[in-house]
Amino acid sequence: MTSEILVKAVDVCKSFGTFKALQDVSLEVRKGEVSCIIGPSGSGKSTFLRCINLLERIDSGAIWANGELIGYRRDGNKLYEMSDAEIARQRRGIGMVFQRFNLFPHKTALENVVEGPVQVLGESPKAARDHALELLKRVGLADKAGSYPAELSGGQQQRVAIARAMGMRPSLILFDEPTSALDPELVAEVLDVMNDLAASGMTMIVVTHEMGFARNVSNTVAFMDGGRLIEHGPSARVLTQPDNPRTADFLKAVQR
Amino acid sequence: MTDTTLPQSSRDAHDIAHLELVPRRHVGRMIFAAIVLLMVALLVRAFVVGQIEWPVVGQFLFAPVIIQGIWNTLLMTVAAMSLGIALGVLIAIMRISGNPVLEYIALVYVWIFRGAPALLQLLLWFNLALIFPTMGIPGLFEFNTVEVMTPFVAAMLGLGIQQGAYTSEVVRSGLLSVDAGQYEAARTIGMTGMQTLRRIVLPQAMRVMVPPVGNEVISMVKLTSLASVIQYSEILHNAQVIYYANTRVLELLMVASFWYLAIVTVLSLIQSRIERYYARGTRGRTTI
Repeated sequence: MTSEILVKAVDVCKSFGTFKALQDVSLEVRKGEVSCIIGPSGSGKSTFLRCINLLERIDSGAIWANGELIGYRRDGNKLYEMSDAEIARQRRGIGMVFQRFNLFPHKTALENVVEGPVQVLGESPKAARDHALELLKRVGLADKAGSYPAELSGGQQQRVAIARAMGMRPSLILFDEPTSALDPELVAEVLDVMNDLAASGMTMIVVTHEMGFARNVSNTVAFMDGGRLIEHGPSARVLTQPDNPRTADFLKAVQR
Repeated sequence: MTDTTLPQSSRDAHDIAHLELVPRRHVGRMIFAAIVLLMVALLVRAFVVGQIEWPVVGQFLFAPVIIQGIWNTLLMTVAAMSLGIALGVLIAIMRISGNPVLEYIALVYVWIFRGAPALLQLLLWFNLALIFPTMGIPGLFEFNTVEVMTPFVAAMLGLGIQQGAYTSEVVRSGLLSVDAGQYEAARTIGMTGMQTLRRIVLPQAMRVMVPPVGNEVISMVKLTSLASVIQYSEILHNAQVIYYANTRVLELLMVASFWYLAIVTVLSLIQSRIERYYARGTRGRTTI
């Protein structure tokens, strides 16, 4: 794959107090690529994902997304932190799907999808509504447009969350363990929607424990452990013939 | 009372399983209810035969001065509560702003205005002219404090500002009740801090805030009676004006009580309507 680079992280470090969550993480994701980040709990996968859209502030290093340096403006030899409004603007192009869905409980499924396009992008309510209904149909929930999140199953909520992320017409969607909070029988419906999304050419970075998804859908797999990126490469190779013994151990443990 | 041990034959068990079930009779409850009803009846009788001339109460119930007092009480409740809620939201946002100076000022505000009695604060505002004979910005405008600090303004400031200290705590607990994931979800669709607060967080916090704020509105209706001390013409003050003239003290106090109770009843009904509105999207959980 030789398309343009959409996300590039260079030597990203992040600490929580004395705990080093990320140490010199560097990664490239190209346009249209589906990249899975796997690794044991506490390895820094989610933290890294959250750094890409500035839910966490990095201590050092740099991240580019959509051709822009994220969170900072360069002036001479220094990087100056951006304002709230500028950061908000950068986040528009990066969708995110959370482990715990985080739908707005006081809004219906349709209102959840429409909220960003109308309030942030300034789309007309009519246009946003049409687009939102189309997206809800795409995730198989056209008939649930008027339902509140509390009336939906976990799988349905997560699909609405994916539609909400797509409503912003992002060039990239981040998935933070999107199926980890679901009952086992609801995992498939969410993965199906993600498969469709991948097939449509959406660039996706997916933190996951779903090895089947990593193997069958993703183009590349990154393995993280102890805050470091241990290995990154084509999924078929990383998952079957990893270079690093730690990757091999982890794969053995999760695949039994 | 017959045997309740497990019968030997399944036929006997079957017979027992189909006997009529008789609910327990709550003898204790009935006795207590009778005692309480008797006490209530005695209390009502005491008021009826007591030294209150009920026709006088009826005569003044709709007196123009009393009706005027009702309007002034409602006006003060709305004015003071609006100021209180505006200040409460402002102070609560200052508390979570992340700006240490604003946070500290908010803390001091709550400390001072929650710490002094409401009546004392009313008197301070009303007598502000003793400290600052004139107010204004030098060179631009200036006026005499006595002229500005009418009973209405003094009562509104006194009640509203101390209310803001209480309401800020209610608003803050409302903001804290909203899951951190909601702030993050709002961020990821590109909302700014203010948009997140206005569109996502406050509407959800309202569900938690409405019951205590409703409580405070009701409390404010009665608190406005303090303004009678600084000659504001609300219900109690006007009732007093009448009984100073005709000496029907108890009768006029009954009139005032009736109207306070009437206002509070209406407000309680409005509150339950508002609660239902903000509970949309949540499964109604009213019992434990």
